[in-house]
Formats: sequence, structure tokens, C-alpha cells
Amino acid sequence: MNNSTVAARATIPIRAASARNPAFEYFSTKKDELVGWARKFSLFPYPFVTACCAMEFMAVSSTPYDTDRFGAALPRFSPRQSDLLMVVGTITHKQAPVLLKVYEQMCEPKWVMAFGACATSGGFYQNYAAVAGIDKIIPVDIYVPGCPPRPETVIDAIMKLQDRIARSHHPIITENF
Amino acid sequence: MDQRVETRLPNPIRPAFERGRRDDEVVVSIGPSHPATHGTIQLIVALDGEKVSRVDVHCGYLHRGFEKECEDHTWHNLIPYIDRLNYCSGLVNDFAYCETVETLMAIEITPRCRYLRTLLSEYSRIADHLTCVAASLMELGAMTAFLYLVMLRDYVYEHLADLTGARLTYTYGRIGGLARDLPEGWLDRLDWILGQYDTFVGRIHGLLDRNRIFIDRMRDVGVLTTAEAIDYGFTGPMLRSTGAALDLRKDTPYLAYAELDFEVPVGIKGDNYDRYYVRMREMDESVHMIRQLVDLLPEGPISVDDRRCTLPDKRLVYTEIESLINHFKLIMEGPLVPAGEAYVAHEAPNGELGFYAVSTGGGSPYKLHVRSPSFVHMGGTHRLLEGYQLADIVPTFGSVNMIGGECDR
Amino acid sequence: MHPAILDLMLEKLAPSCSEASISPRMLVLSVPATAVLDTARRLKTDFACDLFLDVTAVDWLGHTPRFEVVYHFYSTEHKIRVRVKTRVPESEPVVDSLLPLYGAAAFMERECHEMYGIVFRGNADLRPLLLYEGFEGHPLRKDYPKTREQPLVSYRK
Repeated sequence: MNNSTVAARATIPIRAASARNPAFEYFSTKKDELVGWARKFSLFPYPFVTACCAMEFMAVSSTPYDTDRFGAALPRFSPRQSDLLMVVGTITHKQAPVLLKVYEQMCEPKWVMAFGACATSGGFYQNYAAVAGIDKIIPVDIYVPGCPPRPETVIDAIMKLQDRIARSHHPIITENF
Repeated sequence: MDQRVETRLPNPIRPAFERGRRDDEVVVSIGPSHPATHGTIQLIVALDGEKVSRVDVHCGYLHRGFEKECEDHTWHNLIPYIDRLNYCSGLVNDFAYCETVETLMAIEITPRCRYLRTLLSEYSRIADHLTCVAASLMELGAMTAFLYLVMLRDYVYEHLADLTGARLTYTYGRIGGLARDLPEGWLDRLDWILGQYDTFVGRIHGLLDRNRIFIDRMRDVGVLTTAEAIDYGFTGPMLRSTGAALDLRKDTPYLAYAELDFEVPVGIKGDNYDRYYVRMREMDESVHMIRQLVDLLPEGPISVDDRRCTLPDKRLVYTEIESLINHFKLIMEGPLVPAGEAYVAHEAPNGELGFYAVSTGGGSPYKLHVRSPSFVHMGGTHRLLEGYQLADIVPTFGSVNMIGGECDR
Repeated sequence: MHPAILDLMLEKLAPSCSEASISPRMLVLSVPATAVLDTARRLKTDFACDLFLDVTAVDWLGHTPRFEVVYHFYSTEHKIRVRVKTRVPESEPVVDSLLPLYGAAAFMERECHEMYGIVFRGNADLRPLLLYEGFEGHPLRKDYPKTREQPLVSYRK
């Protein structure tokens, strides 16, 4: 049940590339912790909903599995205003350009959750119509297995993603700070 | 940042019109990633101010190649694909498909299976209507009603998970019967949930039925006449809301419906409000039917004792060679269905769900086609939307209850 | 036991069909491809088959004629179903469209066309519906491999 995995994202490094003076490092770490804390508890998901997993998405957003406790309940249906792209359901080749466009329209920082077996790997639709996993098109931060995943699995995934956000480097003023 | 090579993404559709009927109309694309279009429908809309003048409906964004997949799987193996058609009411799909194959194999299911399938079909109908009404109310802004209905639906899901193992995609029907029998205490919990149903749905009626805002938004919006509905092939609550009392459960009774006492609710005007009310009343009728079925449920075996399709008991598989070979053949080759074709339709929550199966005598279907109600409704949706306001698209579309898995297959 | 109306229909329609029978639940008629529209019109006007349920095709690869187009109708008055089948060859997979009779034919014929390549004469709008622009081939034909994907967006490395 609680076995979501975290994908490797080959972009922002955890710490600055070159050594700097210790005071700068100290302030940078504290800033990262503060910004990480703020960002992880105010996730605005864009539910890119297509198929059956939508039912479990509705269930996890409402009572009794409430995602509002984690700060991740308010969906923003505009990519410009959201930061977590939840790809809920099968992505077909017809839908792929739409998914890519929505992903590109989102501003940094952004995270992607592949919700369900179909988004993770195509599920059991291995044919001419379905894309075998959205990571063929966009980078994914966290994969949630299940067909559809139980709401507890989704909450576990959100918590793991929050841990990742808390630990990562958040450059807000310059590339290094 | 992930570097992208293309600068322009391809457009997967060709709209029917580039501009509206008049020069000052604006053409807008609503969808396909849109909360109100259930995520998989694109509406190309020509707007004259706020009024919709032309609509071109594009579905297919969830086409997952169901029919092609079915040709590659055995008659048993493809049952998970069947669940994911109308995923809100997975059991109805399972049972309609199983009955199609049973017709081809000339199998008669056991009495307990018949009543249990009827009971679970009605239970699934309740779950589907709860989802439809909850989603369309949420899109109108009635968040409280959404939360009440989804709470009730969650009870139903957990209860079905006790029986089948899954909350949403059950894979519970088997050719010749069902996967397993009811566990201990299932019927008592069912009774409790039906009691909760009365409380929750009573609150919804209190919040919405005479609510001025709700009536203003839903009355006389998306009006459909019976003749138009039949011309466009509409069935189910869409057709019944126009006033035609056509229901496969009454007209061509199947399973145990002939023995039950229930009414078929119909609307008066064919607008959104009628569709909402027909669905609410249908849920009440379903609860009434479930209560009758709990009393009528006989004892007995769940699956028919036929070696051609029923998997033998595990103890026998491990001890007897004949059962082992039977099990092996059923799993590897699939049940051998005699050559022929059959079309069986059930009254799904959306309308007439039909399965057309063609067999050439093997363990896999030669062709399996689904006549899905949502797809046919999409063909007529433009008539419901044209002439109304842009904001009316949201409740009208919600009342059509387009389920992507069924529409696009 | 089937309703008596089916026997009446069988009697009236059998002369113009190559084959007619009564299945457990419905009347099944096989007609030549040119007679489809007339048969449908007769079913609608004489026997009140007002609900057009479905049109699909079966690909009998290796046989000639290759495709079998199958229609299903339902009569809301008599509560019976009718299946009409016709065969068209691969070289000329053309059938008359039922759009003049039923508005529901629009979407269903589009789907049958893109999946099998059956051309419906009289239906001007046969754009891809479930598939997308740029998709080549007809996937439900038996000679189209299941896993041949035609992606619109190039894959990441």
C-alpha cells in the first residue's frame, strides 16, 4: 500500500556547485528550509484528469481522506497558477501534445506526479493508442502505482513529495541563493 | 529545465468550422484538459457574445484501444478491460459482458448468481448516479453537496472492496457466475449503508430541490424533446428525462428484474433539472430494489457447475489431474466459446450498454464491440448546448454524464 | 420464446434479404450492400425501429468479401431488436450512410470509418473521431499490428 517511488530528476542540484563561505552556506541552507517548508505545504495541484483514477482523485480530495490537511487540496485549473501537475489516468497519443503544452505552460518550480498505473507505465494498455508512461514525454517526480491507487497510497505519495521538496535546493534570487 | 526540440505542437483534431456563422463570433476551444468536460472532451465553440451559436464536439482523447486489446486476450482475461469502460459502475459492465458470453455458450446462471448480479448492478447504479450528481453539483459550486455525496459513495466503495477486493475496478464477474460469494456480515453493512443513504440524500434534496439559484441555472437549460432524443440514439436517464418511460429493465427484463417491483421515473421537460431529478429518483428506486433483493436472495452455488468456463476448486486442482488440466486449459487457452455472434444489452446507469461479440470457436474473441451510451450521447450533445449561454455548458455537460472510458473505449 | 412481431417481420422482409433468421433475442437479416438504406427505411417506417443502436464492422481477413458491416436497431414500440448485416469487399468498402434516417449515425459511422476504412456514402463528415489527425491506417483491421504506435510528440531521451 505505501510503496510509491521517487523518480530521479536530473536538473536542480541539491547544493551549490562550488564551495562558498560558511556564513553564506548557513544562510542558504536556512533559506532553503524555509522556502521548502512554505512550498511543500502550499501545493496547488493541476489535476490533469482523464480516466478511472479520477474517481480516486475525487475521493482523496474529499472526506475522509482529505488532501486539504496537507495543503494540497485547492486545485488550480490554469497551468500558470499551479505547481503540481497530477497526471491522473491514461494519456493517449492524441492527448500527448495537450499534456506537453500544459506542462510547458507551468512556471518553475513545478513537480509532476504520475497518478496510477497508466500514467506510470501505460498500465495494461500496451497498444497503438496509449502512451506507455508519461515519462516518455515529461519528467516525473513521483510515481504512484495502483489501478486505481487507494487514497492512502496517494497521500503517501504526497508526503514523500513533500519530503523531497523540503530537502531540495530552492534558488529564489540567483542561481546559488 | 528539460529542453524541448519542437516549437509547435501538432494539433490532433480538425475542427468542423474555423469561424462562426457571423464575422464577429469568437471561436473558443474548451478542453480537452478542462474540469467541466471530465477531462477528455474538447468542445470547439463559436460564441456570439455569451451565447453559444455552434458547437463541435471532439472525443477520442481517451481512446485506449479496447477492442484491439480484447482480440489479444482470452474471454476471461479481458474482464479487467471491461471494468474500465464505465468505471463509475464497473459491475454493470462486467455482468453485461458475462451475459453476452453466456448467451454464446448457452449457459444458464444459477439463481443465487442471478439475484446477486441484480443486486450489485443496482448498487453500482447508485454509485454512478452519486458520482454524476456530485460532479455536476461541484461544477456549479455546490461544494457541500459534493462532499456529502462523495462520503456516501466512499462507504459504497469500501463495502464493495470488502466483497471484491477493489474499490473501483472490481473484475468481479466471471463467465458462468461470480468470483466469490458474499462475506460474513456484508448484508448487515449493506443495510446500514442504505440507512445512511436516506440521511445524506435527504440533505441534498433539502439543499437543492427548491433552491432558487439551482433552479435558475438548471431549469429550461439543455432542453431535449423525445423525438430528438430518439433520433440521436439517446437512452437511459437522458431519454427518460424527456418523458419517455423506456427502460430495458422493464421493457426487455433480464436478470431478476421481472420479479421486482419498481417504477421508472420520467421527467417532464427534458432539461438539466429533470435529468438531475430523474437520477435522484432512480437512486431511490435502486435502494428499494436492493431491499427487495436482500429478502429474495436464495442460497446456493455462485457459479454454474460447467467445466467449459468455471475454474475448478483449488483443492481439486492441487490433488486431481483432471481438474489441473481443466484449470490449465481455461487459463492458457481460455474458455472455448462456440462460433457465432451475440448482442446483449443491459440498462447501465447511462443508458443502453450493449456488447456485440463475434466468436470463431476459440478461447479469444474474434471481435468484441461495445455499444456505449456515452459515445452516442456525445453525438447529440451539440443540440443540447447550442442556443444557450457559455456558462450553461458546464451544468448541461455534467448532466449528460459522459464517462471517458466508455465514450472513447 | 420470441415476440410474435418478429415472425411478422421475418415474413415481410425475408424475400428481399439473402438470409434471415431469428436468434434467441433478435431478428437477423443479411442484405446486399446496396439494399441497406432501403431495408433500414422499411424497418423504420413499417416496423417502428426508431432507435439506431450501433454500426460496426467485422474484418474477415482471408475471406472475400472481406468486411461485414453490422447494424443494430431497436424498436421502442415493439421492444425488439434487429441486426442487419451486409458484406463489402476490400477493394470497394462503400455502404450507404443512414444519416438521412437517424441523426445518431453521424458519430457511429465516423468511428466505423476510421477503425475499418468503411466509406459511408452520403456522410460528408468522416473526420477521425477517436483517432487523431495524422494517424495512418485503420487499427481494427486484422492486418494492423496492435503495438504499432504513431506518436505525435517525440519521446524524451
